[in-house]
Amino acid sequence: MKSLREEFLRTNKLPHIWCPGCGNGIVTAALVRAIGKVGFEQKDVAVVSGIGCSSRAAGYLNFNTLHTTHGRALAFATGLKLAQPGLKVFVVMGDGDATAIGGNHFIHAARRNIDLNAIIINNHIYGMTGGQHSPLTPEGKKATTAPEGTLEREFNILELAVSAGATYGARGTAAQPRLLEKLIVGASQNEGFSVVEAMSTCPVSYGRRNRLGSAVDMLKDIKQRSVSVEKLETKAETTRPRRDIAEEGAEEEGETHDKQEEVIPVGVIFSRPAPEFVERYYRGLNKEKEGKEGKEEKEGQVES
Amino acid sequence: MKYRKPQLLQGNEACVEGALDAGVRFFAGYPITPSTEIAEGMARKLPRVGGVFIQMEDEIAGMAAVIGAAVGGKKSLTATSGPGFSLKQENIGYAAIAEIPCVIVNVQRFGPSTGIPTAPAQGEVMQARWGTHGDRPIIALSPSSVYETYYLTTAAVNFSQKFRTPVILLLDEVVGHMREKVSLPASGRLMVEKQNYSDIKEYKPFDERKLPPLVPFGEGVYYHITGLVHDEHGFPTRHPEVVVRFMERLHRKINHHRKEIIMTDYTGHVEPKVCIITYGCTVRSARAALQKAYLQKRWPVSLLNLQTLWPFPAEEVKRLADRCDYLLVPEMNMGQIVGEVEKYAHGKAEVLGINRYDGDMITPGQIFQHIEGCFS
Amino acid sequence: MPKKNSRSSPPKKRIAELKLNEERCKDCGICVAFCPAKVLGQKETGEVYIKDEEKCTLCGNCEIYCPDFAITVKEAGGNDEI
Repeated sequence: MKSLREEFLRTNKLPHIWCPGCGNGIVTAALVRAIGKVGFEQKDVAVVSGIGCSSRAAGYLNFNTLHTTHGRALAFATGLKLAQPGLKVFVVMGDGDATAIGGNHFIHAARRNIDLNAIIINNHIYGMTGGQHSPLTPEGKKATTAPEGTLEREFNILELAVSAGATYGARGTAAQPRLLEKLIVGASQNEGFSVVEAMSTCPVSYGRRNRLGSAVDMLKDIKQRSVSVEKLETKAETTRPRRDIAEEGAEEEGETHDKQEEVIPVGVIFSRPAPEFVERYYRGLNKEKEGKEGKEEKEGQVES
Repeated sequence: MKYRKPQLLQGNEACVEGALDAGVRFFAGYPITPSTEIAEGMARKLPRVGGVFIQMEDEIAGMAAVIGAAVGGKKSLTATSGPGFSLKQENIGYAAIAEIPCVIVNVQRFGPSTGIPTAPAQGEVMQARWGTHGDRPIIALSPSSVYETYYLTTAAVNFSQKFRTPVILLLDEVVGHMREKVSLPASGRLMVEKQNYSDIKEYKPFDERKLPPLVPFGEGVYYHITGLVHDEHGFPTRHPEVVVRFMERLHRKINHHRKEIIMTDYTGHVEPKVCIITYGCTVRSARAALQKAYLQKRWPVSLLNLQTLWPFPAEEVKRLADRCDYLLVPEMNMGQIVGEVEKYAHGKAEVLGINRYDGDMITPGQIFQHIEGCFS
Repeated sequence: MPKKNSRSSPPKKRIAELKLNEERCKDCGICVAFCPAKVLGQKETGEVYIKDEEKCTLCGNCEIYCPDFAITVKEAGGNDEI
């Protein structure tokens, strides 16, 4: 008997193209487990992705998979979801893909509250092109296009998402795959636009340049810096990583954190249900149809 | 055939009617003059037939959503003008390589860039052919009247479905905004039945030997679609032989059906000395010039209206070049289709371009002058 | 040896069955690092191998942390996935 994982993966396409230790595989595995856990049928699941390392995930997943153009995955997914409202649509994007070239689509998908599950694999770098800085490269970190460290400040994706109108936002990491799985389950159960930021690792194009050690070191570092949002004092604090929280966290748990590194608040950052776009569209459609039937007959007068 | 009552319709409105009658049930777009009436018409009428209209955040998203909806099984169309057409190019290329049926209406306006908003021009003939990066075939149609807009819109939708390809409908500001009295066929005549996919077992979405229908996502046949060069099953490949077969098949599916795709309208003398070859709104000026030259002056002159611009009606032009001394090619640009005419005339007839690029239409007088020149 | 718990009858010893798909494995060492029981090892050449299957507690870390879908762990004879 094939295991669920083997069934949901196109195993004949493995080994995948990702580098040794790349977090993409861990996130993809969590996505597979989450879909299995929610119990969606294979034929009802669509995975839409953009361009970049992370977007290659679509090719390895045994569902309806649409590997689109750079930054546009959410716009493709919007059309797909509207055309086939029954589909459960997961949109897998990278950080550059979702927030630089695709930034506009991201905020507007959130604004519409369309029932898509955006999984943003955030490895802080453009990996496929060899390590250029993205809008999620932390300030000061090095990239091939920021050899002295980037001067630009990074987005906080979930803050962006909540203010744009998303109704579910969670942050997980490749270092805590079980939590990530749970958060993806949460996203797929939310009727509306859900965002899961999956903090991940690029040991080759990001880690090496910033002297973050091996893939294992990077994962351990993320794990150590992760703090559950429930442990943070106020909701306001949960949306933006803050340096002082790191210190508090260190005191609490009796661990020594590097004070220069920010904590990563993980868990469900926000959940505020609101009417979903596609459902509203079709409900309006049915009303319109009923209302217009009489009128249509008049308009449709025919001459031979 | 049953017809509706005569109506006074704009080209853009006729485009909406044609699209709906051909079964278009999804529109995504972004406002831009002079194409906006198409979006507005769709916003009003699509919900009445159970279709989906959505105004997207930008032109790129409009194109992307249309492809997404086509993957979901809806016949899809978007409309734009010059600047928007430029923005859509990357995703048009995606639709071409991934073989997703969709229609892109470009109501041409004067460019480049913002140009003269929104004076007419015919500047996107070559962009329609070569606008995306990489080699890909394309179908592009260009109507010259309101009725032709209706008819060619239905043809565009049908071609897109049959050949699983993006089809470009090149309107221009004049045709888009001009009102004419038309009697359209009774609606619903051209609707295509929903296909049954349940019997598909071994689905090869990109079968090398035939062109299978695109099974919508959600029908139980799950597969992969990508903008990477792919094998028969849709998975990326860079195996040279597979790549070659893929590229050749992509072109073959259009080129082998040229006879079906190429539509032209020929009027005038059967053994002409001079033939005017043109398209879009310029056909109207050419027709007036033809009337004067052929009906009044009794000169052997004719007119070839290129309803299909791409694939280019090469055979038609070759035949005319054999018979004519002069081929006149009026167009509202600095010379685009004239190069194609020259290529296929192959020196057998003299090819003269007649161009206007000041934001106004070519007049019948301007064309007549050139005809006169050929006979003096 | 499993720890004794408060239940009257001691739990049955669960025997793990680990599978390492060498074709998929890229020797990144993540499974080695995240295995709490040190079941997996990495040779000097970098090659990851199953060192001590008997110590496995069936926690499933190796499987869920593996970025290459290369490891599966289940209870011997069972179909249960982690």
